[in-house]
Amino acid sequence: MFRSSVLVCGGTGCTSSNSEKIIEALTAEIAKKGLDKEVNIVRTGCFGLCAEGPVVIVYPEGSFYSMVKVEDVSEIVEEHLIKGRIVQRLLYKENADADTITSLAKTNFYEKQKRIALRNCGVINPEVIDEYIAMDGYAALGKVLTEMTPQQVIDEIKESGLRGRGGGGFPTGVKWSLAASNQADQKYVCCNADEGDPGAFMDRSVLEGDPHAVLEAMAIAGYAIGASKGYIYIRAEYPIAVERLKIAIEQAHNYGLLGDDIFGTGFNFDINIRLGAGAFVCGEETALLTSIEGNRGEPRPRPPFPAVKGLFQKPTILNNVETYANIPQIILNGSSWFNSIGTEKSKGTKVFALGGKIKNTGLVEVPMGTTLREIVEDIGGGVPNGKKFKAAQTGGPSGGCIPAQHLDIPIDYDNLISIGSMMGSGGLIVMDETTCMVDIAKFFLEFTVDESCGKCTPCRIGTKRLLEMLEKITSGNGTMEDLDKMEDLCRYIKENALCGLGQTAPNPVLSTLNFFRDEYEAHVKDKKCPAGVCKSLLNYVILTDKCTGCTACARVCPVNAISGKVKETHTIDSAKCIKCGACMEKCRFGAIIKQ
Amino acid sequence: MLKKISTIPFSGTSEQEQMLKEVIKKHIDDPGAIMPVLQEAQEIYGYLPYEVQVMVAEGLNKPLEEIYGVATFYSQFSLTPKGKYDISVCLGTACYVKGAGQIIDKITQIIGISADECTSDGKFSLNACRCIGACGLAPVMTINDDVYGRLEPSQIPEILAKYKD
Repeated sequence: MFRSSVLVCGGTGCTSSNSEKIIEALTAEIAKKGLDKEVNIVRTGCFGLCAEGPVVIVYPEGSFYSMVKVEDVSEIVEEHLIKGRIVQRLLYKENADADTITSLAKTNFYEKQKRIALRNCGVINPEVIDEYIAMDGYAALGKVLTEMTPQQVIDEIKESGLRGRGGGGFPTGVKWSLAASNQADQKYVCCNADEGDPGAFMDRSVLEGDPHAVLEAMAIAGYAIGASKGYIYIRAEYPIAVERLKIAIEQAHNYGLLGDDIFGTGFNFDINIRLGAGAFVCGEETALLTSIEGNRGEPRPRPPFPAVKGLFQKPTILNNVETYANIPQIILNGSSWFNSIGTEKSKGTKVFALGGKIKNTGLVEVPMGTTLREIVEDIGGGVPNGKKFKAAQTGGPSGGCIPAQHLDIPIDYDNLISIGSMMGSGGLIVMDETTCMVDIAKFFLEFTVDESCGKCTPCRIGTKRLLEMLEKITSGNGTMEDLDKMEDLCRYIKENALCGLGQTAPNPVLSTLNFFRDEYEAHVKDKKCPAGVCKSLLNYVILTDKCTGCTACARVCPVNAISGKVKETHTIDSAKCIKCGACMEKCRFGAIIKQ
Repeated sequence: MLKKISTIPFSGTSEQEQMLKEVIKKHIDDPGAIMPVLQEAQEIYGYLPYEVQVMVAEGLNKPLEEIYGVATFYSQFSLTPKGKYDISVCLGTACYVKGAGQIIDKITQIIGISADECTSDGKFSLNACRCIGACGLAPVMTINDDVYGRLEPSQIPEILAKYKD
């Protein structure tokens, strides 16, 4: 038995800010003090509060240390672990003037959350199967194999109201029953871990923090539909998640929880990993299956649906990582427990990746029906630097921007669609007044143009034309007619594209046109970018009352656009200026502004 | 996605060719072998020049067109060599709204290449990547295995200066 446990976040965010070095230093320091039999160091998955990383928690006290540096390690060991004195200066502070918070559950960030898919993330060591088993891991698989028929499993999932967490929101139980009813010599269970939506990282965190939950759920799905083989299609850009999955699969094999004759019931199930190679369209189900087959990941028309003809032409189910992470809990706690959470048509919880202009960037899991305001202001801590909230973007390149007047909308699948956005995989990017909405629409269109596979014309050519119109507007050459043309084209693409990528690609344009038409009009009529982002519409000017004539700007300007005598006010020749911003960066007096 | 194709001459060694042959042998009977083989080939050579694609096509007994189709479809496959220091700037949404565009502009200004290019001395290559998932540290870039987060354009010259030799 250990008297203390030190949990260090080993998720991608904290690893990027050096948590591996902290683990090394802790291990060395604890060995040096002869505490290695008393103190247990655990490398966990993501705690969620990535903005404060690297994060270290010491139990039994539950002290939550944030932004820990390697130099702090000896103090934590000496003061906390040896003398029992909590290191106050490293504790996570909610506000500079508020009390320092020691217990995680009491922070604003965690208090409104309900963790089902993330229940083990940041709690267990994902590389040790026994820790998962100690948290009731594989009990659901045991229950399913020994006490339930496949039909009962499907009924339970249907009854729970679980809908696909990858974006579309299709009822999971219905998908399973379709695949179960098709007879074939071989069926497949696939997991979509190709999280291509920029700004979303919830699936990665589940795989890094609790990989066994996904394996267990896939085996349950295999039993339910009658499949003996599974594939996990995961982005190669997630090396830590891939590594932990490999370890998890091997350990599950060694314990007889994957492979032949699981729990002595005669049920066989095995899982392979396939690495994606960076193609957003592979998040679409038919494209993903084509990619597992080794081809260009192009979608194909449905029907036939994958439940009829999927991977290698066999009946296949494909669910997203977060969907799977909910399954074992539904089996263990029952469908009535799960469907008591959430709204009428959206049950359970949803994980969101908070990012952009928000204080607490990171990962949160909230019951469906939580309002956007609660997520942004209470959990996320609001917009930093005294700036004003402008919009929240959900659904990535397929979604839309939600303006301030809709902040009180309870979030679920149907409400988001009704205001022109969508749930998507759960990226939630906050934008403040310095974000230009036309530029954001252009950013997403650049993304879809780049990622369009080219198979169908509405998407391949339509999105390109849409982007060209946005470029015309942001360069100051747009006309009011272009705005109407854009709307028409958007509708045409939505109605005619082959797959989900194309059908949703116009959403960022439509939603910004709908809620922020005034910004588009400012670009077109006044030739101004109100947020000061679109380069062609910007002018750098020197404020006469602040300029001291130090000549620093004139010396740094690469095109000699700035003139003026020493100790006299300088001026910028906007005809020569290439808008590189070098002068503004150099000025120590804040005398250069964009307008 | 549009791919830039390198004009730098191919300089593979016979050891690399041997390694590639073993990879092909390992996967030849797998259904859907092209992607895993190309992924491992890229690990061996650092990129997928025409010559390597030909070897893969012949080894797997597939038309070159199919190999080329897959190699140019996925953004992870590169048809240009990587520099000694490979710079990746994240252009995911979270990084973009926090100014990743200015970071990439600054790098281009200093080393004189744009995305998907390699400097002629083979020292730096630059690419714009999609979300690496470190959104809490936005804007983020990586140089080989080093991660730099919460970047400001003014920090770039100092960071690049660390990669002198």
